[in-house]
Amino acid sequence: MRNPPRAFRTETQASAGKPAGVVAATLSRLWRNPTACFGGTLLALLAASAVLAPLLAQHDPLALVPAERLRAPSHEHLFGTDMLGRDLYARVLHGGRLSLTVGILTAVICSLVGLAIGLVAGFSRLADALIMRVMDGIMAIPGILLAIALATIVGGGVSTIVLAIAVPEVPVVVRVVRGVVLTLREQTYVEAARSLGTRPGRILLRHILPNSLAPLIVQATYICGLAILIEAYLSFLGAGIPPEFPSWGNIMAEGRGFVLIAEWIILIPGAFVAATVLSLNLLGDALRDMLDPRTRRAL
Amino acid sequence: MATIPVMGVVAIIVFGLIHISPTDPAAVIAGDYATPAHVEEIRQQLQLDRPIHEQFLTWVGHVLSGDLGDSIFSERPVLQLILARLEPTVSLALMTILVAVVIAVPIGVVAAWQARTVLDRALMLLATLGISVPAFWIGYLLIFSVALDLGWLPVQGYASLSEGLWPFLSHLILPSITLGTAYAALIARITRASMLEVMGQDYIRTARAKGLPMRKVLIGHALRAAAIPIVTVIGLGFALLIGGVVITESVFAIPGIGRLTVDSIQRKDIPVIQGVLLVFSAVYVVVNLLVDLLYTLLDPRIRYAG
Amino acid sequence: MSGRISSVLGTPARRLGAASALAIAAALGLQNAPVLAQDDTLRVVIHADLRNLDPIWTTAGITLAHGYMIYDKLYEFDSAGVPQPQMADGHTVSEDGLVWTITLRDGLMFHDGDPVTAEDVVASLERWWQRDGMGQTLAGVTESLEAVDASTVRITLSEPFGLVLDALAGIRGNPPFIMPADVAATPADEQITDYTGSGPYVFLADAWEPGSTVVYERFADYVPRDEPADFMSGGKVVNFDRVEWVYIPDSTTTMASLMAGEVDIWELVPPDLAVAMEGSPGIVVERGAYSHGVIRPNHLIPPFDQPEARQTLLHLVDQSDVLAAAIGDEALWQECAAYLTCGGPYESEAGVVGVVAEPDIERAAELLQASGYDGSPIVILDPTDLPDLHAVALYVGQQLRAAGATVDVQAMDWSTLTSRRTSTAPVDEGGWNILVTYTGGLEAASPLTNITLAANCENAWFGWPCDQEIEDLRTAWRTESDVEARREIAEALQVRAYEVVPYVPYGQFFTSRAHRDDITGYIPGTPISVYWNVDRVE
Repeated sequence: MRNPPRAFRTETQASAGKPAGVVAATLSRLWRNPTACFGGTLLALLAASAVLAPLLAQHDPLALVPAERLRAPSHEHLFGTDMLGRDLYARVLHGGRLSLTVGILTAVICSLVGLAIGLVAGFSRLADALIMRVMDGIMAIPGILLAIALATIVGGGVSTIVLAIAVPEVPVVVRVVRGVVLTLREQTYVEAARSLGTRPGRILLRHILPNSLAPLIVQATYICGLAILIEAYLSFLGAGIPPEFPSWGNIMAEGRGFVLIAEWIILIPGAFVAATVLSLNLLGDALRDMLDPRTRRAL
Repeated sequence: MATIPVMGVVAIIVFGLIHISPTDPAAVIAGDYATPAHVEEIRQQLQLDRPIHEQFLTWVGHVLSGDLGDSIFSERPVLQLILARLEPTVSLALMTILVAVVIAVPIGVVAAWQARTVLDRALMLLATLGISVPAFWIGYLLIFSVALDLGWLPVQGYASLSEGLWPFLSHLILPSITLGTAYAALIARITRASMLEVMGQDYIRTARAKGLPMRKVLIGHALRAAAIPIVTVIGLGFALLIGGVVITESVFAIPGIGRLTVDSIQRKDIPVIQGVLLVFSAVYVVVNLLVDLLYTLLDPRIRYAG
Repeated sequence: MSGRISSVLGTPARRLGAASALAIAAALGLQNAPVLAQDDTLRVVIHADLRNLDPIWTTAGITLAHGYMIYDKLYEFDSAGVPQPQMADGHTVSEDGLVWTITLRDGLMFHDGDPVTAEDVVASLERWWQRDGMGQTLAGVTESLEAVDASTVRITLSEPFGLVLDALAGIRGNPPFIMPADVAATPADEQITDYTGSGPYVFLADAWEPGSTVVYERFADYVPRDEPADFMSGGKVVNFDRVEWVYIPDSTTTMASLMAGEVDIWELVPPDLAVAMEGSPGIVVERGAYSHGVIRPNHLIPPFDQPEARQTLLHLVDQSDVLAAAIGDEALWQECAAYLTCGGPYESEAGVVGVVAEPDIERAAELLQASGYDGSPIVILDPTDLPDLHAVALYVGQQLRAAGATVDVQAMDWSTLTSRRTSTAPVDEGGWNILVTYTGGLEAASPLTNITLAANCENAWFGWPCDQEIEDLRTAWRTESDVEARREIAEALQVRAYEVVPYVPYGQFFTSRAHRDDITGYIPGTPISVYWNVDRVE
């Protein structure tokens, strides 16, 4: 490594305010990474199946057909039927919409809220002390328990579930953002900019935000996967999305009592969850490896 | 030192979130055939009408004196309920940590050693899969294959140590595998990552160049240096365990605190929910404090500033 | 070098941890150690968690089952529905029917060794009839209740009442269990804290783990009657030293556990699993008691405050569809349009509208319009933790939508539902329009005990139907003693019910139970499972 490490180059590029260039460069590097490629393709397929659900599924995911209860996968019903005669293929595909929405919304909310709070904490010493105590407090309560408690107490519904899953993850994002802000504040060029009289807002936009973006995106990817998993857990315990409209989690929750006689009801949505979360984790890993200079110097 | 304000925040959160509950425990206790008048009677009896700040101060006072209140539904002291359920959960947690660390650290080391080879990729894919699969899936799979079909291990329940070592262990094996998979996966990943980082350092390269065998380098030097992040994730990952305990105890019918939590939440047994959240948070904080202490054992150069 | 390794891997910490685990396990384990598996222990997976231990304070089924373990009653019903003496030796009635004298049999003893006296009986009944519906009726016609001597109780009525013994044999609601006088002195709105009874089992309070295990042991000094067990009556013979009730909330785990032989009896088996287990080696699946399905509209608020809207439901519900969705296998259910159940003395087809016919969506839509329905969302309470009721709720929602209504199916667990259903407010203030449930078939068979049929307005069961004619007919039935006349009244009652629609009956179905094939004597058909007479074949 004779030249300045690539990481530093990336940083300066970003500080020079060319986010579009960074994105393009990242994407092309991702494409060359086999794990990322695999994860990305898998994710794209799953997302496509969810988006195209109404086209792909012949049956109505909500229609009760008592005569067709608990049928194993067949030509007529690709994934079989559940205990109310509803077509599982349709439910799983439509369920993907809900589960993926929960994942994406959670990731977005955590990122935005975490970014805002993290920035404040990084810039204001006073607020920092208070904010970090509160974040520590939230992190001290194990995430799933907090999510369960919130979801149950406030009641069902997608927005509540999203909030319940998001709240425990916000502190993680806050820490990351705050970390970036604190590090960057010490950098010479930032100090230089400040002493030159540059407004804080501009410093924020040109220096801080672009450098927060990368770790933020990595975190968001992981959070998306985690949210989908937690939705499954919440629904399994009866504290998740109400089962009239399918989500992967609540399909499995309804199928819980039938595992010994209709295992497809849990196996198939579970496979979808695993595949989605796996692809998100793989993508997150690839992104992180790409953006974190240290791990790239590995043997 | 920072623990007290953190626990204070926890207390506020725990108290606050529960009091935005819209449901009414009184009707549940009265039973299915009761009249509305009886329900109202129970509501009065349980004093669910007092103003919020009054309830909070009273609650904090009680908690600090060791009184976590009484369960609404069984009318036994919450602390007693939690203590009665402590043993299965603690046994499960300890067993899980043991199993997870024993499996994960070697996997991480091997993966780091064989970095970029097929073995490494396979192991890491497995690890990533481990944190992606829902735990109850694994649980049911194990129950059917190992417990039911093969009959080697019990399906459910918990046996205390006083009933014998094998009953104790056999009841915990499947649950700890279920619970520990994600935890182990996490540890394996971090072990590999931190090992790689250490192995890229100059002094390691020097040791290799001097002709030290790889095994010694790996275990003697690299692992030691990599220990801190590994121990960190064991501590932080404990939250995964606590969360997962709820699911695992539910599937394997282990009468621990996880099940207590689920039952209490479904029945809106508010004092128990509060008590459990407080206890779990306190445990998590303590575990991480212990991890911090462990740091100073592992690397005396580390100073901790509050 | 190895020393360094172990410190790196944290072995000291782990060793410390293991040691403390053992220490904790030892300390706590000694307090709560479940007893090692024995052949003379009966292990039952119960249908709900036992939370409250006072069967006079609550009517929860599991608490009543607990009551039947540790208490005894004066009378119990036999399989013909006739009250038989249990703690009583017999009774005499005066000429005018107003004075009932009941004598206690010999050998009745409480778990603490004290004999059961008439004082205890009087105190227990006085506590009981403040709570129980039938008891309140009895109290209403009683002038005095007194202990004549240590083993004789006298009830003096103010008017003739033929159901005294039936009241004393009451199986559900709050059963008149006999407790020691000092325990029965506890006010009826407080829970007792002393669980001494005179029944065949003793409750081991120290071994009770709420949410997981309840333990009983045989009461050595219990003297069972000589007669063989017959439904709830007859000799309560105990064949196990110990009975453990285990609560396992996951039905898959329970099924695996039963199949592995880890438990002996499964009290309430979900219908599909019951069918799946039939024929499994080592397992016997039986029918339990039968239940009567109830779809209850809220009569207080629109749209179901209008009779036409309620009649809409009659044309939308097809019992065979509902039951197929909720219960599954046909062997476990039957269509029955009778409000007073099929197979009972008042089975009738009089006045039947819809329910057992194909849904008539057009007619339903017409009726809904005619009732003045304004299109606002109809709220259906959906208990998602009870799969059978969940299915019924979704079905009703689907059918209402087909008739052009806007429907809001609100998911919640049963506990929340029992709280929501108390609301008399309009829908936008937390009220509800439809709730689904079921009652015991036995209770539903009589106009007196079928509480969902009662139409006494604000004192009625949740849903609050209000119809004077129904109430008059119910009173007439109660005071009538001629069997034929009663049948006619019951028919008229059903005809009126189909006009007023206090609820929509969705049919009858059987619950199922299962046990290992080495278990015999598990009494069939009782509304509450009882564990005397059960034995294990060697």
